[in-house]
Amino acid sequence: MHQQIPHESAALHVTGEALYIDDLPSSPSLLIGRVVYSPYAHARIVSYDLTKAREAPGVVAVLSAKDIPGHNQMGPVVKDEPCLAAEGVTFIGQAVFLIAARTDAQCRAAEKLIDVKYVPLEAILTLEEAIAANNLLGPPRRMQRGDVEVALGSAPHVLKGELRTGAAEHWYLETQAALCVPGEGPEMTVYSSSQNPSETQKLVAEVLGVKKKDVVVEVRRIGGGFGGKETQGNHVACWSALLCRATGCPVKIRLFRDEDMIMTGKRHRFLTRYEVGFDDQGKLLGVKFELNSDAGAATDLSFAIMERAMFHCDNAYYVPAIDVTARVWRTNLPSNTAFRGFGGPQAMAAMETVIDRVARYLHKDAAEIRQANFYGLEQDNVTHYGQVVENNRLHTIFDQLMKSSEYAARRKAVQEFNAANEFWKKGLALTPVKFGISFTTSHLNQAGALVNIYSDGTVLVNHGGTEMGQGLHTKIQQIAATELGISIDRVRVNATNTSKVPNTSPTAASTGTDMNGMAVKHAVETLKDRIAECVAALFNERDPSAVHTAKGDCCFESDVIFDSRHPERRIGFAEAIPQVIVRRVSLSATGFYRTPGIGWDKTKGVGTPFRYYAFGMAVSEVLVDTLTGAMTLLRTDILHDAGDSINPGIDTGQIEGGYIQGLGWCTTEEIKWDSAGNLMTHSPDTYKIPTAKDIPIDFRVTLLEQATNPNAIYGSKTVAEPPFMLGLSTWMAIKDAISAVANHTVEPEYALPATNEVILLSIEKLRNMMKVNASEPVHA
Amino acid sequence: MMKSIVITTTINKRKHELEVHPNTTLLDLLRDELGLTGTKRGCEAGECGACTILMNGQAVNSCLVLAPQIDGQEILTIEGLADGDKLHPLQESFLDHDAVHCGFCTPGMLMSAKSLLDRNASPTELEVRTAISGNLCRCTGYQQIVDAVLETEPVKRET
Repeated sequence: MHQQIPHESAALHVTGEALYIDDLPSSPSLLIGRVVYSPYAHARIVSYDLTKAREAPGVVAVLSAKDIPGHNQMGPVVKDEPCLAAEGVTFIGQAVFLIAARTDAQCRAAEKLIDVKYVPLEAILTLEEAIAANNLLGPPRRMQRGDVEVALGSAPHVLKGELRTGAAEHWYLETQAALCVPGEGPEMTVYSSSQNPSETQKLVAEVLGVKKKDVVVEVRRIGGGFGGKETQGNHVACWSALLCRATGCPVKIRLFRDEDMIMTGKRHRFLTRYEVGFDDQGKLLGVKFELNSDAGAATDLSFAIMERAMFHCDNAYYVPAIDVTARVWRTNLPSNTAFRGFGGPQAMAAMETVIDRVARYLHKDAAEIRQANFYGLEQDNVTHYGQVVENNRLHTIFDQLMKSSEYAARRKAVQEFNAANEFWKKGLALTPVKFGISFTTSHLNQAGALVNIYSDGTVLVNHGGTEMGQGLHTKIQQIAATELGISIDRVRVNATNTSKVPNTSPTAASTGTDMNGMAVKHAVETLKDRIAECVAALFNERDPSAVHTAKGDCCFESDVIFDSRHPERRIGFAEAIPQVIVRRVSLSATGFYRTPGIGWDKTKGVGTPFRYYAFGMAVSEVLVDTLTGAMTLLRTDILHDAGDSINPGIDTGQIEGGYIQGLGWCTTEEIKWDSAGNLMTHSPDTYKIPTAKDIPIDFRVTLLEQATNPNAIYGSKTVAEPPFMLGLSTWMAIKDAISAVANHTVEPEYALPATNEVILLSIEKLRNMMKVNASEPVHA
Repeated sequence: MMKSIVITTTINKRKHELEVHPNTTLLDLLRDELGLTGTKRGCEAGECGACTILMNGQAVNSCLVLAPQIDGQEILTIEGLADGDKLHPLQESFLDHDAVHCGFCTPGMLMSAKSLLDRNASPTELEVRTAISGNLCRCTGYQQIVDAVLETEPVKRET
């Protein structure tokens, strides 16, 4: 435990043996499935004729909504998402028809023979249009504490503004994929790249009109998920299943990259309006947030995502009076969905903007303002929804990181550099993250496991979580091996399978290890109890004259089971197992876990939605070319709280990866749609995720020491989502560099992502304002 | 349908005589016809590097190579990187540095790294970053991969 051991599949990955859906050995009867999608953002389907397509060479089936045997519905929460469009389409990329043929080329040829007539309708493609048309997806929500109007009215200083944060594409390396294999009668096995196999099972059963007992969903591994396969992996599975049922053959659908980008949802765009009141020291007195998100065409998880945004608009700061109003808007774009951080990043970007503006206004270092407003240890430690911020590590992390990153000296150096250079400007920023861990939909906080021990002393662990690169299965393997006191190579973690562990929650909300790890631990404890009883009896039978071994005396360590009081009484683990079988004792056990201590009253907006908080901070330094807007990331220091990390190598990598993903969202990843609703950035040649050359030149990532977390397995703390939000340190450092152009006297225009274009335009505007107001400093 | 072409090629040190369609990509040939699925389909547009293989020692995106182009050429895929059960030092180093997360970019990443180390046994960090800059990874943040390449034991690099 707490060891750096390689990812459980790493040896298979480096040799190319690890299998993803598209790599599974195919049967001669395998058909390739293709999705025909809507070319209109909003249109009525007037008529279509599939006759010619159905007769095309190699084609086995062409399906429309009329051919769905069960429910034409895929909405995970609200039933507002058809599996195949029936009367009309509501976004470009919406599935309308399905084709199965021997080859992909035959599918594409058949697609051209589909004759469909649409009548285009007016489409809503921006948040502004949705707001103007009052196209709300559901009622607004509000969370508040104190009287924000009074706070703003009496505050010495008040600032207000708005911030736009962009959408983002998950860009999992493995595109959405599913392979469905028919069984006897209604049976079907679905190999899916889904973060939520139980929901995939449910929706496949519903579209087929069969029962869940008839459908098995298996997930060996996912080539990256990041939330993009929490609900939207279901679609490909349902489409494959329909074609499989219609043809009686195995059917595989793997979306091509561009189609994946066109058809699937993104991170929600936000438009946030804020108003802040503060005192001369920069202490926040009251903040008002108005959050607006672009849900796209259907509900998906938009309300849960907005709820998490509402929970995280405070980020790490205590605000005595706060008022958050949230509105989720419907547009004619693909339904936006979960993406690492789940609304948290959008809300935190707004709060960090508030802090940054307060600092600029007061001519203070933003890090100082951040520190002044952190949640306190003993007081000012209750969030706006009433949860106490326990085990608060903000102050410890801040103190350590300010020192280790040499923040003060580098601030001085940056100032000197900027004074000496007209066209190059440097920027430096520290940003924190405080992130609540648990599903805010409380009932999802449960997990199950099934552990089998075989007669040769090897162990097969099943649990409800999916492996998508985050190292969940490795940590589970470590947990099972540690509990049984056996070497790790005796333990194998099975593919996630709905027939082994039923009714599971998605692997999401950063809860994978916390919950499934505990479920596995519980299953193993049951087995250990049974084994100990047999082994104690065995010891006593072998040597009846000696002292009595009770089952509680049995220790499991180093592949041996022994009596802790009489260590000479011992038996090898593998040797003991057949003895248990001879005694007719079951070596298969389930485990279950429900996260304790959480509860939350949605209507009152008060409670304890989170089991604990994760904390981290980053300091980033950038260099900006003010003539082109080009940005170089010079150095990033991260200090992150992973508790007593179960696997420091994996956790460090996840922190680095999360930060770099956040960096992408903050800088280069720009999603653009044209005026008809076509995604213009539908390929890696136009949509730029960070490459190895975009990471900090000097990249220093450290785990916080002495950080035992009392609220998760083995004192560990999840890593998962929180580091994503550390990317905001880069975004703020860039703004600091831009701001230096006007010597920090003017509030720069800013947006997220800060593309080179955004940077350059902001600098140009500052320069023009400087010319106009050459004599007087201005506060925007 | 265009006429198929017979080519001879060496793939992972084995000679092959293959009948290929002129419009089949090397990626599809490797995966669909030869069962070498370690080479991944990422974007099929030459942008993500998941399908990187070595052609005469040079890292190329196999999605941008047509099958007839490998006539008379030597191809190395991820399946040919290890020497039987003995992993290549780069593979060992990837394991030691936790450079593998979801694993989908790993084969392509390894092939780009091998191409670099074969040309330059002691690259700088910047040279490593440049060499793998055509290989996208969405999980790791690249640093562990860069470290793995940098710390691959030079003595063991020859294969």
